[in-house]
Order: sequence, then structure tokens, then C-alpha cells
Amino acid sequence: MEKKVAVFACSGMGKPLGAVAREIGYELTERVRPDNTVLTCLALLVINDPEAQRLVTENPVIAIDGCVKDCAKKSIEAQGAKVDRYYQSIDFFKKHNDLKPEGIAELNKAGKKLAALAADELAGVVDELLAEEAKNV
Amino acid sequence: MSDKPRKVGIISCSGEAIPGGTISRVACRKVLDDLRPGMSVTICLPLFIAGGEEERMFADLFPTITVDGCDKRCAALGTESLSGKPTKTLVVTEILEKKGIAPTTKLRNLGPEEQVAVQAVAEEIAAAIDAIQAARQSSSGCPGIL
Repeated sequence: MEKKVAVFACSGMGKPLGAVAREIGYELTERVRPDNTVLTCLALLVINDPEAQRLVTENPVIAIDGCVKDCAKKSIEAQGAKVDRYYQSIDFFKKHNDLKPEGIAELNKAGKKLAALAADELAGVVDELLAEEAKNV
Repeated sequence: MSDKPRKVGIISCSGEAIPGGTISRVACRKVLDDLRPGMSVTICLPLFIAGGEEERMFADLFPTITVDGCDKRCAALGTESLSGKPTKTLVVTEILEKKGIAPTTKLRNLGPEEQVAVQAVAEEIAAAIDAIQAARQSSSGCPGIL
């Protein structure tokens, strides 16, 4: 079966940067690389869902966290899986600090633009991970 | 009288990949920010894995309502296994069906139809908070909210 890059984002209940992480996940999987990526609920790893476990152990994985608690990264690693690339939303905000994200339930325009730019940057990462994967077959 | 804090905990599945998860998350925020501010508190569900003992004590410290987006019930099951038994479990799809509201389809950029669903779920959560507070008040004889 053709591999895809599994994308897991912070659930972001409490902070705008969590909402940015989630929005980056959507931008990456819906707009930037819809055919090569899959976004899955992070909460499925909390209940050890077998399909989510298979996804993280059999595919390259990108984790995007919203804060230093690193929920996405740690939840993946708790399954014994490897996180191939790891980011925090603040990494992207530092590069585009004119785009201050606000809002949790609904991100402001700046937050959405920040997420779109971040997803554009991650397009190359997806391509790189799939190329590495193809070499290893 | 219980010495537990008197706020009610709300834990959303927040399910990034399903429309019900988005409704759950936004409805929980609406309760926390607008409908029952000061009476409710939340924690990100994955913190039960990523966090420490303090995070895992959440459902022990607060009477807790879980709000799930689908019948996988990640919030309810995760909370029960890693923190404590929820006082009340809600599922978005069940609430919408009960209220005759069509299931939503969007993950983000919610429109008027999704906002109707958000409001319905938020009201159900707020009613559950009120019921928990009323039960505490009647059992302790004290006002429910600090």
C-alpha cells in the first residue's frame, strides 16, 4: 500500500498557538499535500486505537505541537513510534512575528495566514519524507 | 461536605479529523468563555499522556464532563482510564440527533449551520454543569460555586 505522511496536531483547547497547530494540520493535509498526507485525531492515540497505532508505526510521521507540553510528540512516542519531524507552532511564529495569532475557537486572520505559510514550508518536508521512504522500500 | 474544588471540568475529544470533534471543541470553548465562565475549567485530553501526575488528577479534582465528537468516545474512555470516571459523558452526534439537527460536515471555517450545532451542544454542556452543581448543592447544603 502506498505510504502517506501521517500528520498529528495538538488538540489546542487552551491556547491560540494550539489552534495554529491544528490549522497547520488542515492546511497541509487539505490544501498543500492532500494526496500524500493524512490527518488523524490525536485523541485516538490516547485510547490506543489500533488503526491510529498502525498509522504511526507504518508511515512517516509529522507532529505539530502548540506548546512545550508536546502532547502530539509524546502521544506518538508512547505508542513506541518514531516522530520523523517535529515542530512547535511558535517556531513558525518566530519566523513570521508580524502574524500574531489570536482566538482559540476561531483563529484570527493573522493566525490563519501563519498556518498557511507554515504548511507551505512543510510541503518540502512531506516530499522529503516520502522520498526517503521510497528509497527504503 | 466534599473538599473538592467546585468548578466543573470539561474535556473535549477535540477530534481534528472529524466534524463532530470540531463541534465538540468549539462548544466547550463557548461554555468556558461565554455560557459558564468561572464555573468550568478544561484540560487538553492528550495531557493525560504527555503530562504528569498533576494533570492525571484532573477528574479526581473536578467533577468532569467529557464531550466526544463520535462514538469512538476517546474523551470518555481516555479520561476514565488515565484520570478518573467522568461524572457525565456527552457525545455530539447523539446530542444533534436528539435535537433534530443534521450532522455537520466541516472541520473548520464554521458557517451558520455549524454554529447552530455548536450552540445546541454548548447548551447541553451548560445544562450538565448546572445539574452537577445542583446535585452538589443539595448534598452539601452549600452554594455550588466559589
